[in-house]
Amino acid sequence: MTKVTMTVNGKSVSGEVKGNTLLSDFLREDLRLTGTHVGCDTSQCGACVVHVNGEAVKSCTMFAAEADGAEVGTIEGQSNEDGSLNVIQQAFQDHHGLQCGFCTPGMVMSAAALLKDNPKPSEAEIRDYLEGNICRCTGYHNIVKAIMAASGQDVPAVAAE
Amino acid sequence: MYSFDIQRPSTVADAVAALATDEAQPLGGGQTLIPTLKQRLAAPSVLVSLSGIAEMKGICTGDDGSLCIGGGTTHATVAAEAGAYLGLASLAGNIGDPAVRNRGTIGGSLANNDPSACYPAAALASGATIVTNSREIAADDYFQGMFATALEEGEIVTEVRFPVPEKSAYMKFEQPASRFALVGVFVAKYADGVRVAVTGASEEGVFRWSEAEAALSSNFSADALEGLSVSGDGMISDLHGSGAYRAHLVGVMTKRAVVAAR
Repeated sequence: MTKVTMTVNGKSVSGEVKGNTLLSDFLREDLRLTGTHVGCDTSQCGACVVHVNGEAVKSCTMFAAEADGAEVGTIEGQSNEDGSLNVIQQAFQDHHGLQCGFCTPGMVMSAAALLKDNPKPSEAEIRDYLEGNICRCTGYHNIVKAIMAASGQDVPAVAAE
Repeated sequence: MYSFDIQRPSTVADAVAALATDEAQPLGGGQTLIPTLKQRLAAPSVLVSLSGIAEMKGICTGDDGSLCIGGGTTHATVAAEAGAYLGLASLAGNIGDPAVRNRGTIGGSLANNDPSACYPAAALASGATIVTNSREIAADDYFQGMFATALEEGEIVTEVRFPVPEKSAYMKFEQPASRFALVGVFVAKYADGVRVAVTGASEEGVFRWSEAEAALSSNFSADALEGLSVSGDGMISDLHGSGAYRAHLVGVMTKRAVVAAR
């Protein structure tokens, strides 16, 4: 067992992990932060995307021990301080950017990472950035619209709609 | 996954020492190795994570003008900071997806030498030097077939040195499900000639297309490739494309790369 200490959503946490404990397992099983979803467990679906030192990563494809000392952000840390939805989350609600909602935590975390680097992305840039986030309800149009809205842009009728 | 211990050394020397243990295996960004471990296709007793080694990260320009990229540098960093070598930066920015690019490393990709990976094409077409903890290996000697390299057990890719070409481009025909290269061609034009490397196509892994190199060295235009083709023998054949189809794509992607080169 290895002792790990990291900052998760602004709070310092520590725990004992096995070598093969994934970051997603540590977040969900040890910290009970079950908002981070594990969809495929094969690095493809992106439901488990979290931020590690500010960068989007798939938490099912990183070991907890590798996050020792890191700043980790999960969906639970996205809301505003008063508990209300942040601008991205609110936009997902306003534009019905979710159907079953399973992929939504990863979509929101990817969207947040995109908007940090690119505050006014084009529709094409949003679709390109979400390449690693799969929605099996196939609700992509409304997800793209939500991210356009969250970035303060007009929400056009999106291509192929 | 089978169980294993994980170590996270902070220097190359400590990593090499940790890898001297029997059944120890290095872990780069883990974007291939972790899925492999989940499928129980590997059973290391100790996994030595290279992600905490600061001296293996970053990009600089060498005395001879070459671009020196630390083995632990992520694809995202190369995409953002290798602007001196546009073809290479563009290649890095199209590997996998953004989250994968934030973890996957150039050293990990080259050490794995997946026959459909992008970086081997760049390294071979650039005549790059693969620097390890113990020696320097020319790209022409480094790649030794599918998933096979000149690396010894416990040897780590610490840096890759790319001579910067006058013009270059990488064209990838994506396998639509995995987004790996069904065929990818990297073309690099240097003062002393053109190098063309092909990934995704051959059962022997990445290779140089010497006929195209000769033609392009005397006339760097897509027209110079008219009439040239590679044989479908020895090409990967699977449900995504036959060997003959991949061989055809080699010619198509090479032409596109020449047209796109800048």
